[in-house]
Amino acid sequence: MRLLTHNMLASNARGAVTGYPLKLQVVKWSTKEAEPNPEFLRGMLPKIDWPALVAATQALGLPELLPEAPPTDAELSAEGAAADEGSALRRLHRALLEIHIEEGSLVCPDTDRCFPISRGVPNMLLHEDEVRN
Amino acid sequence: MWYLCVFYHRLLDYRRPEVQSLAELFGGPGAGDAVEWRMPENHHVDSPFHLVRLPGDERLAAQIANRSKSASPDRLIHHHSLAKLLLAGLLVKGIYELWGQGTTYEELERAVMAYPEERKLPYLTPESTFKIVVDSFGKGRVNLKKPDHKFFVMETDDYGCNNGLPPVAQRTVFFGREVGAADRHLLPTYQLKSRKYIGPTAMDAEMAFLMANQGLARPGKLVYDPFVGTGSILVAAAHFGAMTMGADIDIRVVRDGRGPDCNIWSNFEQYKLPEPLCILRADNNVPPWRPGLKEVFDAIICDPPYGVRAGGRKSGGRKLIKGTVAPYTVPDEKRDSHIPSTAPYSLAECVHDLLHLAARMLVMGGRLVFFFPVVREDGVANPAKYPEHPCFRLLASCEQILSMRYSRVLLTMVKVGPYTEEVEKAAEERRREFRENHHKWMEEGNLHSAVFSPADQAAAAADGKPAIDRDSKPKYRGKYV
Repeated sequence: MRLLTHNMLASNARGAVTGYPLKLQVVKWSTKEAEPNPEFLRGMLPKIDWPALVAATQALGLPELLPEAPPTDAELSAEGAAADEGSALRRLHRALLEIHIEEGSLVCPDTDRCFPISRGVPNMLLHEDEVRN
Repeated sequence: MWYLCVFYHRLLDYRRPEVQSLAELFGGPGAGDAVEWRMPENHHVDSPFHLVRLPGDERLAAQIANRSKSASPDRLIHHHSLAKLLLAGLLVKGIYELWGQGTTYEELERAVMAYPEERKLPYLTPESTFKIVVDSFGKGRVNLKKPDHKFFVMETDDYGCNNGLPPVAQRTVFFGREVGAADRHLLPTYQLKSRKYIGPTAMDAEMAFLMANQGLARPGKLVYDPFVGTGSILVAAAHFGAMTMGADIDIRVVRDGRGPDCNIWSNFEQYKLPEPLCILRADNNVPPWRPGLKEVFDAIICDPPYGVRAGGRKSGGRKLIKGTVAPYTVPDEKRDSHIPSTAPYSLAECVHDLLHLAARMLVMGGRLVFFFPVVREDGVANPAKYPEHPCFRLLASCEQILSMRYSRVLLTMVKVGPYTEEVEKAAEERRREFRENHHKWMEEGNLHSAVFSPADQAAAAADGKPAIDRDSKPKYRGKYV
């Protein structure tokens, strides 16, 4: 599970108020290199909840990876950004798309319901007594 | 200008919409709607010969028909590491500048002579090479190698062989210059029989490509399949360079597959395609998206479980909904290992949830492409029964007949209205309605019994009138092909 996915999910169990952001508990994670796609990242950035993404990188022990404020469109479009490993574009790319949570869980901030992540697949299915009426 | 568009004689209903989707993709917004069609005189609409007017120059026609791969805009293949993109239509055999037509060769010759010289001369210079291919619908074929220009003489006649079409009223001979021709060489690579991981309802490769084309799946776009299964639709979308995401309610399918080397991920590895951004286990009836998240997907492409071959399931216990057990709580110590009980998911509710998901999660102008089952009445599918939504406009409906009793129709919709609070409220209300009348919806939408009950039973239900009038079945194969 990439952090992009973490940024989109919430707990929908009975008792959750917003169910968001889900606390990230990591048992095992890895990095898989992927080709940066500036166009995709620029389109996705406005949909990202930045504080939640920063919190997720911190939970992974990578406090230096992302700045407090999201990068600007100009920073993402800067010439040579895709080739420069330290650029805002590459850092965002790494955070959203190259980090994979293999094993761990997502914990609802309201109810502490734990959604397991196993073999990279988050299991968001509810038990029958958790479905809201 | 008008071109002669020659189709393959298959998936008849899907052919024009595919050309229009490709026109939109290569010609820009609005180009798909601007495409005009007419039939050559005396030709049935199921004929492979159609006349098409495209909103653009010959380049657009060539792109649609896949003449030259270099003609594809750089922006489309920019981020795609694969050079072997299949960027064009699967059902277009070729697009031709029509120089003349006639019912006899003499008439054809007169027509070609009368065609403006300035249109013909650029292709008839002494230094260029050419060949003439004689093609026919229902006859033999001649072939030569690598010329600069290709001209086609195409003849259609019935000569006692009608190719599954109604008899040709009038022999027609066409003469045209090839602008572009199809490239189907990738289809065998993707066919299901050579794919590692498939399930009982995996989407056939050709159909998956057609669906991905209808969804305008291309590099830089994000495609989501909420009923992902073994990922057969996303494989096609990824082939066209789109980013993909999928969800399924069955954890065994999405996580386990048939082992570490035979699962959704291995299907992408097999074709050297980028793996999906995300595969998750979730129920589209109780979607796990965070509050405020909307307009993230460019297309939602799926084959919902509609209860004929595989029934849909949703969260909430089967016995709880039936009322055979009182509400209970799963004991805390068993929560981790508890396998949640699910309930059957009616087609109506499934489609409602899908439209609501699409209204919320698609960008404006994004496309929803999905199969919808239709019980055939008097041998035809009833378009009045297609689902509707205030945020969507129906672009195309393509029928594929599966049996005497039912068809599946590929619906292509475009998001034209924003996701507002009213839309959200109306959906919530409808959702309550579904929950309170679960049984009624399960029965009304019971396609399985409509499709599989014995014929005489179905007949009895229709006041003694035979349910299926065997004579109403067209003699030619039509949409069956």
